[in-house]
Amino acid sequence: MSVVLTPDIRSSRIAGISPVAKLGAALLISLTLVLTIDWVSASVALLLEAMLLPFAGVPARQFWLRTAPVWVAAAAAAIATALYGADSGAVLWRLGPVTVTQGSLSLAGAIALRVLAIGIPGVILFATSDPTDLADGLAQLVHLPARFVLGALAALRLLGLFIDDWRALGQARRARGVGDGGGPLGAVHRLGSRSFALLVLSLRRGNKLATAMEAKGFGGTMRRTWARKARFTGRDVAMVCLGAGIAACATTAAVLAGSWSFVVS
Amino acid sequence: MTSERAGGGARVLARGWGWRHAGRSRWAVRDIDLDIRPGERVLLLGASGAGKSTLMQAIAGVLGGDDEGDSSGTLTVDGLHPGAARDRVAMVLQDPDSQVVMARLGDDVAFGCENAGIPAAEIWPRVEAALRDVGLDLPLSTPTSALSGGQKQRLALAGAIAMRPRLLLLDEPTANLDPAGVDEVRDAVERLCHDSEATVLIVEHRVAVWASVVDRVIVLDEAGGILAEGDPDDVLDDRKAELDAAGIWVPGSSSARIRPAAEEGETLLTARSLSVGRTPFGSRTAQVAASGVEFATQRGRALAVTGPNGAGKSTVALTVAGLLRPVDGILEAAGPFRRGLPAEPSRWRSRQLVTRIGTVFQDPEHQFVRSTVRDELAVGPRAAGVDRHAADARVDELLARLRLARLAAANPFTLSGGEKRRLSVATAIATRPDLLVLDEPTFGQDARTWRELAALLSELLDAGHAVMAVTHDDAFVHALADDVLTLPGAAARVETSVRGHTHAVGGQPCAVEATR
Repeated sequence: MSVVLTPDIRSSRIAGISPVAKLGAALLISLTLVLTIDWVSASVALLLEAMLLPFAGVPARQFWLRTAPVWVAAAAAAIATALYGADSGAVLWRLGPVTVTQGSLSLAGAIALRVLAIGIPGVILFATSDPTDLADGLAQLVHLPARFVLGALAALRLLGLFIDDWRALGQARRARGVGDGGGPLGAVHRLGSRSFALLVLSLRRGNKLATAMEAKGFGGTMRRTWARKARFTGRDVAMVCLGAGIAACATTAAVLAGSWSFVVS
Repeated sequence: MTSERAGGGARVLARGWGWRHAGRSRWAVRDIDLDIRPGERVLLLGASGAGKSTLMQAIAGVLGGDDEGDSSGTLTVDGLHPGAARDRVAMVLQDPDSQVVMARLGDDVAFGCENAGIPAAEIWPRVEAALRDVGLDLPLSTPTSALSGGQKQRLALAGAIAMRPRLLLLDEPTANLDPAGVDEVRDAVERLCHDSEATVLIVEHRVAVWASVVDRVIVLDEAGGILAEGDPDDVLDDRKAELDAAGIWVPGSSSARIRPAAEEGETLLTARSLSVGRTPFGSRTAQVAASGVEFATQRGRALAVTGPNGAGKSTVALTVAGLLRPVDGILEAAGPFRRGLPAEPSRWRSRQLVTRIGTVFQDPEHQFVRSTVRDELAVGPRAAGVDRHAADARVDELLARLRLARLAAANPFTLSGGEKRRLSVATAIATRPDLLVLDEPTFGQDARTWRELAALLSELLDAGHAVMAVTHDDAFVHALADDVLTLPGAAARVETSVRGHTHAVGGQPCAVEATR
């Protein structure tokens, strides 16, 4: 559970900034990058982000572990685009209906860079922020409904328990005589029934948590106060400006290079 | 030492009150007449299934509206409908894990105050006072996930009193705690009762723990209404037999030895310098929970594994049950027991395991895999290759023997706590394993289920099964155990890996201690 909710956050320039400011900066970059698909904008954004990375204070091992899903997603998206993307230019490779062309390859590169440029800031945001602070910020600064924000925060705590429950369910199935055997079909069936059991368990946990929160007066008619004041200081403004700056640089470079191409036209 | 509290306690009044959950034909609780005066401390008793928790939730105003069930009669807190009096009431529930809302200690205590709309400047002094009152002297930034069960319950109590309620409801606050945790929570409540004017209502099975704290005992009747009420000592003396029959832990009930000391039996499993542990998620190396563990399980003998929380008792049980690989050392099944399989139970196939070792988990819900009680019982025998006809006969016999026959078509998850426990034991013995491993079998059980369980295990021992039970229930150890394996806590492990001696290995230093 500690992995999810109280991560070992090292103090760093970026860790000290309000999570809301980091979220704002990441959103500005992401929204800009989904407007166009080209090499230049994503490369420039990724390069500028890489320059900020040292200030995040995330150790190398942690960085690779946490961003691993992003790299996998980028590779998967690139391969799929190369094989099945819109074809143009010279045909490089062909197998039945599947063709890889210069056009689809270039599109694949643009997609992969985009996934990285959008995904990595998101990972860094969560690696350098305490979820409680993020929730406080979202409720007090952005004025999202407390019910929604605190409900999500409480649910996040249950996420860590999933791992323990999953293991216990596996052990219980082994102890009951249905833990192995049956070949690949048996394995698929077991995965299904174990997942369903996990779903049932987590619903029951969620229910209990909801009762406990309600018993503490959550969701009542009273106007809620906040024990921790979320602040937005000059540094936080600077962070948002930095995000806007990266987005602006990426856009300008793409337009100057003539590669800017609106996704929706 | 105590922070000042908003004046006085609440009055709880019920007249012919009852509640039926939506979709059920039976009333969960009915015909309740109550008058709890401001500032009174009341212990609410009743057999499991008598509706104590339903009544508590109703008083707390969290039972829900008309779509959740039907109510009859009236129930008020300070003359108000409980739903409208929620800001006067605070509640602590049974399960320590499901009550923590926030990730940090201080934030969790503050959560209720925030919801009550208390200004931020006033919250922190209240949080600190409440933590002091329950004796939790830890930094406010302590992760709540690092707390023990007893500490979590005291945290929940702190969260409740920080709201300065006029009525404090405690719903089996110590049912899931070890003896040290029970004392911690009881002492904290006793101090509160001494310092505060709030009305306090406690639901519990174990009377002895609370009798000295409360002014009045109210016993709910399973059939509806109130069975008895009055001064704790009077009620406990006059109604002892009825309370005992209802499964309430009356002081002095049970805990006598229920079987003679067992003879030496055939050894099934032997552990030598065994280290056990689990591999955390995303890690390559196992975290050792206990090391230097030595014992032998024998036919006809019960081995109890005891020790403080965190000593690795459950990990030892899971390893012995063949569900975890030993980290180091030897765990060896004897030839006639393993019947041609490898020596280490963790290398057996699942279907080979069930005919040799049966496991009863601490939380019965974890081990249910089918949607009816009958199917649940048939799973093990069928997996072990017993033909349908013979499996059916076995299931019928178990249903009758464990009084589950009328529930044969019910979903295991809908059973009561005691029924779930009986079913989980029945599923483990359905495959006729030589060795039965149980993890905290008596946790949170009322006295009636406790007696049934002890009698059943005694029968199994007489029939030549070996039993290994992780427990911190002294009464259980006294009633059944032939050998005791005591695991030292984390602190003690540094100095001495294992203590105790056995007579089984002729005076050789070993971990097991015979009870007599």
